[in-house]
Amino acid sequence: MKKNMFVSAAFGVAAALIAGTAQAGTLDSVKQKGFLQCGSNTGLAGFGQPDAQGNWTGLDVEFCRAISSAIFNDPTKVKFTPLSAKDRFTALQSGEVDVLVRNTTWTISRDTSLGLNFTGVNYYDGQGFMVRKNLKVASALELNGASVCVQQGTTTELNLADYFRANKLQLKSVTFATSDETLKAYEAGRCDAFTTDASGLYAERLRLAQPDEHIVLPEIISKEPLGPAVRHGDDQWFDIVKWVLFAQLNAEELGVDSKNVDQMLKSDNPDIKRLLGTEGKFGEGLGLSNDWAYRVIKLVGNYGESFERTVGQGSPLKIKRGLNALWNKGGLQYAPPIR
Amino acid sequence: MTATDASSFPTPRTDPGPAYVSRATLQPSPPPASTVGPWAWMRTHLFTGPVNIALTIVIALLLAWAIPPLLRFLVIDAIWTGQNREACIYTPDRTVVGACWAFVTDRAAYFTYGSYPMAERWRVNVFFALLAIGVVWLLNLKAPRRDIGGIYFFVVLPIVSYILLVGAPWLGLRTVETNLWGGILVTIVCSAVGIVVSLPLGIILALGRRSTMPAAKLFSVIFIEFVRGVPLITVLFMASVMLPLFVPYEFQPDKLLRALIGIALFAAAYMAEVVRAGLQALPRGQYEGAMAMGLSYWQMMGLVILPQALKITIPNIVNTYIGLFKDTTLVVIVGIFDFLKTIEAARIDPTWGAPTVSATGYVYAAVFYFICCYLMSSYARGVEARLARADKR
Repeated sequence: MKKNMFVSAAFGVAAALIAGTAQAGTLDSVKQKGFLQCGSNTGLAGFGQPDAQGNWTGLDVEFCRAISSAIFNDPTKVKFTPLSAKDRFTALQSGEVDVLVRNTTWTISRDTSLGLNFTGVNYYDGQGFMVRKNLKVASALELNGASVCVQQGTTTELNLADYFRANKLQLKSVTFATSDETLKAYEAGRCDAFTTDASGLYAERLRLAQPDEHIVLPEIISKEPLGPAVRHGDDQWFDIVKWVLFAQLNAEELGVDSKNVDQMLKSDNPDIKRLLGTEGKFGEGLGLSNDWAYRVIKLVGNYGESFERTVGQGSPLKIKRGLNALWNKGGLQYAPPIR
Repeated sequence: MTATDASSFPTPRTDPGPAYVSRATLQPSPPPASTVGPWAWMRTHLFTGPVNIALTIVIALLLAWAIPPLLRFLVIDAIWTGQNREACIYTPDRTVVGACWAFVTDRAAYFTYGSYPMAERWRVNVFFALLAIGVVWLLNLKAPRRDIGGIYFFVVLPIVSYILLVGAPWLGLRTVETNLWGGILVTIVCSAVGIVVSLPLGIILALGRRSTMPAAKLFSVIFIEFVRGVPLITVLFMASVMLPLFVPYEFQPDKLLRALIGIALFAAAYMAEVVRAGLQALPRGQYEGAMAMGLSYWQMMGLVILPQALKITIPNIVNTYIGLFKDTTLVVIVGIFDFLKTIEAARIDPTWGAPTVSATGYVYAAVFYFICCYLMSSYARGVEARLARADKR
């Protein structure tokens, strides 16, 4: 992992040198190509996965479609490049993809030495625990002496050890090479608890024989802010990707969604007017048309719609908004105003 | 039966001959009961000695232990119809859940075509049909006009397939980018290209390596040793990640094409070594005899050496083909969704989040790969048997 980071970093420097001169205008090159090249997941429940017809769906996928809508007024002008965890950064640095929306955790090393800019957080994730209901445990702090099934060689394993040490709890971790094995072992009763990123816990729980006999504990023991990333050196593109997410968040806050957006065009609320481009020339500042946010909301929807459809109540995962609720509803999602 | 009573035969002969001459052919008596029938077969095959008896019992126990649960999982408890995970989860009424075939039938189209646009999937079907016709035409010895079959397979089919799959706007077939291809389509395309390209290229490389021309020899040796010394995933990875750094977007070859070239060159290097083994196995006399008859180099190779060398190496050639067929799953490294990857991607879908979905997906993959590889190896066995007849004379 460390070596990978080093190679990626070296790559980043080389890529930045080349990219700095050759690829000043990502927006221009995207417009010229006629489509957005989006680095996506090779398959992650709720975030990016193909459906029965082979169409990509998921929260990250919808965000790529939102960017495409803002630029082309068409959510389908996206080509997805499925990337594994280890080549995602190289692909972005080398210019193979224009934007990386692949449940990537925002960290300082990635933001600096890898030459990336994170444009925001489209999902606040974090590591959580799943236990059997009949264990009668309501909090992770009651897991003293518990055995925990965890996938080895991941940050998850390190976070687990840190959390137990910090809270002076006895830990018996049982490690496995793959996530499948880990889940099987947990189901077979080899351990009391199962840990992975909270978004993954819900998907894994569905694979258990009796999903209802297991609960996800409320504690989140690590910070995993997942967000879209772009290359260093193109501020206009950075702004576009950043504000597409902010537009979706602002739309939810203002109660504008894909169904009522056309009526909202007639709204007297100045915030809505500025959002939808009936007042002001904010789209031009981004190098887009002034109805850029209208297109995003009309064609893809606001953040809440997207969330519920892909990972929330409208999906089999049924993840609660939690940290991803708007700031005025007890969550962390807060977008700067459009003005 | 003793056929001595002459009066019982309606014989027209007037002269009965000596009394000790039988008037009719004796019926052969049946073989001893101990050498025919299932019991005898079992005795001579399964229970010849203590070791054999022990082995038979162990294997029978093994089968008895493995097959019933497998059968129960795959067939008896299996779920055949359903729309989503509800069909395959445990409920109070359904406490045993076998293989979730409903998942495979629901996603069968995705496993076959990947993300290929729905409206254009008939083109893939036509391609499969054309390929099947080509394969049968070429491999079935009794097929008529196999010379035309050869032209069809090696010239017409690649061109038509390219037009069909990639598209040709001037024919009204809209372009389908290869990043939408997936599933069995990609697996078949990758292995077909690899198999068809690698043999001729491998033969040329093998001849080059044994050539007396220094340039040809050096090139072949360097190519073969270099390609064999680098893992396939490295080649694929370099082609997909390094190339965009140096080549502007407009001039980059298609991602699938890059992978196809990588696979074909890779297989060619291995094939070259297989063919070289065959060339080396032939006695020098064959070369000298051919030369003594005044044949040119290419005549010697085409008429005398290669037919013999390839015959010897058929098991190895097929071995390489089967390896290649399974190696095509490595294209997933560069984000191409081959058959196995489509199963991987579909099984994590929460719509089908149920306990046995993953296992069912993998069983489906195993069955597909087994059928393909088994067909290849059994055809090769047939060819071997046919060619070996010459040696048995």
